[in-house]
Amino acid sequence: MVIVPVAYLPTSSKELSSWRTSRPVIDYSKCTRCAICWKFCPDVAIDLSPDPSLSAPNDRFKALEAPRIDYDHCKGCGICAEECPFDAIAMVEEE
Amino acid sequence: MPLTFPKEEYMQKGHSACAGCGATLSMRYVLKALGPKSVVSVPASCWAVIPGEFPYTSLNIPMLYTTFASSGASISGLREGLDSQGKEDYNVVAFAGDGGTADIGLQGLSAAMERGHNVLYVMYDNEAYMNTGIQRSGSTPYGAWTTTTPVGIKRDYKKSNKKFVADLMIAQNVPYVATATIGFPEDLERKVATAKLIKGPKFIQILSPCPPGWYYNSSDTIKISRLAVEANVFPLYEYRNGKLTVYKPAKTVPLRDYLSLQGRFGHLNDVEIGEIERALEERWQYLLRREKD
Amino acid sequence: MESIQASRRIMTGNEAVATGVKLSRVKVISAYPITPQTTIVEELAEMVANGELDSKFIEVESEHSALASVIASELSGARSFTASSSHGILYMHENLHWASGMRAPLVMSVVNRAIGPPWNIWSEQTDTFNQRDTGWLQIYCESNQEAMDSVLLGYKIAENKSILLPVMNMLDAFTLSHTSEPVEIRSERTAYDYLGDLDLDFKLDFKNPGGYGSLLGPDGPFMEMKKDMRDSMYNSIKLIKREISNFNDQFEANLPGLTENFMMEDADYALITTGAISSTAKYTVRKLRAQGLKTGLIRLFFYRPFPGDDILKAVRGLKGLGVVERNVSYGQRGPTYEDVVSSLYGKADVPVRNYVVGLGGRDIRVKDYEKMFENLVETDGGMEWINVGVT
Repeated sequence: MVIVPVAYLPTSSKELSSWRTSRPVIDYSKCTRCAICWKFCPDVAIDLSPDPSLSAPNDRFKALEAPRIDYDHCKGCGICAEECPFDAIAMVEEE
Repeated sequence: MPLTFPKEEYMQKGHSACAGCGATLSMRYVLKALGPKSVVSVPASCWAVIPGEFPYTSLNIPMLYTTFASSGASISGLREGLDSQGKEDYNVVAFAGDGGTADIGLQGLSAAMERGHNVLYVMYDNEAYMNTGIQRSGSTPYGAWTTTTPVGIKRDYKKSNKKFVADLMIAQNVPYVATATIGFPEDLERKVATAKLIKGPKFIQILSPCPPGWYYNSSDTIKISRLAVEANVFPLYEYRNGKLTVYKPAKTVPLRDYLSLQGRFGHLNDVEIGEIERALEERWQYLLRREKD
Repeated sequence: MESIQASRRIMTGNEAVATGVKLSRVKVISAYPITPQTTIVEELAEMVANGELDSKFIEVESEHSALASVIASELSGARSFTASSSHGILYMHENLHWASGMRAPLVMSVVNRAIGPPWNIWSEQTDTFNQRDTGWLQIYCESNQEAMDSVLLGYKIAENKSILLPVMNMLDAFTLSHTSEPVEIRSERTAYDYLGDLDLDFKLDFKNPGGYGSLLGPDGPFMEMKKDMRDSMYNSIKLIKREISNFNDQFEANLPGLTENFMMEDADYALITTGAISSTAKYTVRKLRAQGLKTGLIRLFFYRPFPGDDILKAVRGLKGLGVVERNVSYGQRGPTYEDVVSSLYGKADVPVRNYVVGLGGRDIRVKDYEKMFENLVETDGGMEWINVGVT
């Protein structure tokens, strides 16, 4: 059997956290779960899932899908912090 | 709040694009609108590198790598090959950069569109050869610094106008032609979804800002993309059934707001900026006249 | 109606190729016109238009696109074909590498034609000898029958799961492409039984999607992939021999091996040739034998993989061997000469000479072959240009 140049391994199995110089941190007390950060993430590094244990501007938002930064794949571009209409994401320098 | 956007992802995490890459968002959005029954052909370009080295792949659909000038031919072959096996319901898409589209791949693109295959050609326009390190392409705008238009003491920035490939496709009367940008993702999604329903050749040019190539902070990708439309640098339009529709931005901003965020325009003086502004206004008026025709 | 009986027809080499394509039930054809290949694609377009051949036909805008499109259609899982010639082949060059590197089992028919400048549409093999190192198997036909048969054989070999490399089969401009000869048309049913359907294990898979072509650096298996291509090509020699004998059995055909040895048993002097010019050479061999000179001929049916061992066996005992080259390489001797000499080096003590003939369609006459044999008898070593600069 010949070696064909076809790649099958998903890059989601890679870990890229060392690419980052700063990390986005979400202040859930300001987060309305609008998902704009998720929409604009070029690294697909923001996951959406409901988590009532997280704080929120009010309880109404707690049932909604909340954004979670996947720090294994976030490159720290800062688009999410820039685009968040509620200033709920801060870029914090990595050590 | 309901999502305004398809949730399914067909582009994976862990790709090797630069932080803040606009071309990556272009792919992500296009595939969301097309869905899983799709195959994408990619010529030499940033997207040939973004999935990273073998054995990695970054898409949840098949991706065929092809030679630089071959995108148009490659999707023609994919389409006819799949059709010959009764797979008419699969979307066949080219995803090529501006160099691969406006320059080396123009002949193949034009011919594929002329032959009328049922394919979508997406030009992700980052306005220079970014993968090789920011050399000017036919799609680089007037006034831009690139590594082959390095300004220098002779003010040798790019002295010719951007070649708008979407305009060429309209001149060829391609059944569906649109411009879009990642700063308006819902508009982009709608255009790709519209193209998906049209049987025949489709062409979409997506302005895809590039942080290292345009010299701006990676967090500004979306902002710059929006400003490009609002400052009239990259008008959004749609051409369908012979009719051109030009999007009139809800808000307009001075050209300077767009240029001043980007290092590639940092050398321009007021006179030069005024000249660019006049040329852009002329093009805008031309589009409006075409719209009325 | 399917004909079970093979039938004999007078046809040109280009018609023979088109018939071979039809018999191979190719699904996608993509080609760009160039003299003297055009009648192949005209014939195929007509077959498709008349419903004789159920195939998609892409009228591309260049040879570069012709090959790019069939690489894509082949990887989608559809047996695909293209044909070209001369400058068209040169224009395809990067995609020739892409096709073999992708392990796309394509067949491409090439009508060998000169390279300009000056423009010249006549027969010469520089176009495909220039593609020697692109990872394609190369077959050079002597007759229109071989032009048809090598399409079927080409797919059979290319699609073999331990080879998976593209095949180009060559026919001489005009001498074969536009000249009519009797050809045995293989039966459709036998052709179907022989070739079956394309079964590409790694074709585009929507359930298990991959990146086809990918990207690699020095530490990844790039070099391993290239070695695998070389190994597949080299190891194909045995398989090709088996497939040729299988072909001959199934179709009651007469294809030679990778080489054809003509009157070589007791020969003292022999020439090595490729393509249709071999027929004149064979005539000359017979003529000189009648005059008492023990001559012979080795015809290369396959040039890639190079049948070095077969040549080595055939040349034992020769007093002189001449390699006839219908192509030109500047700055060194011809490519066939280089390959022959490296195959014989240290294993056979035969003086080898190199003859450059027939460029730009220049005639190669019986007296030219006689001159080559005469030269072999009288001298050893060196390179001669034949029928050049003389009237």
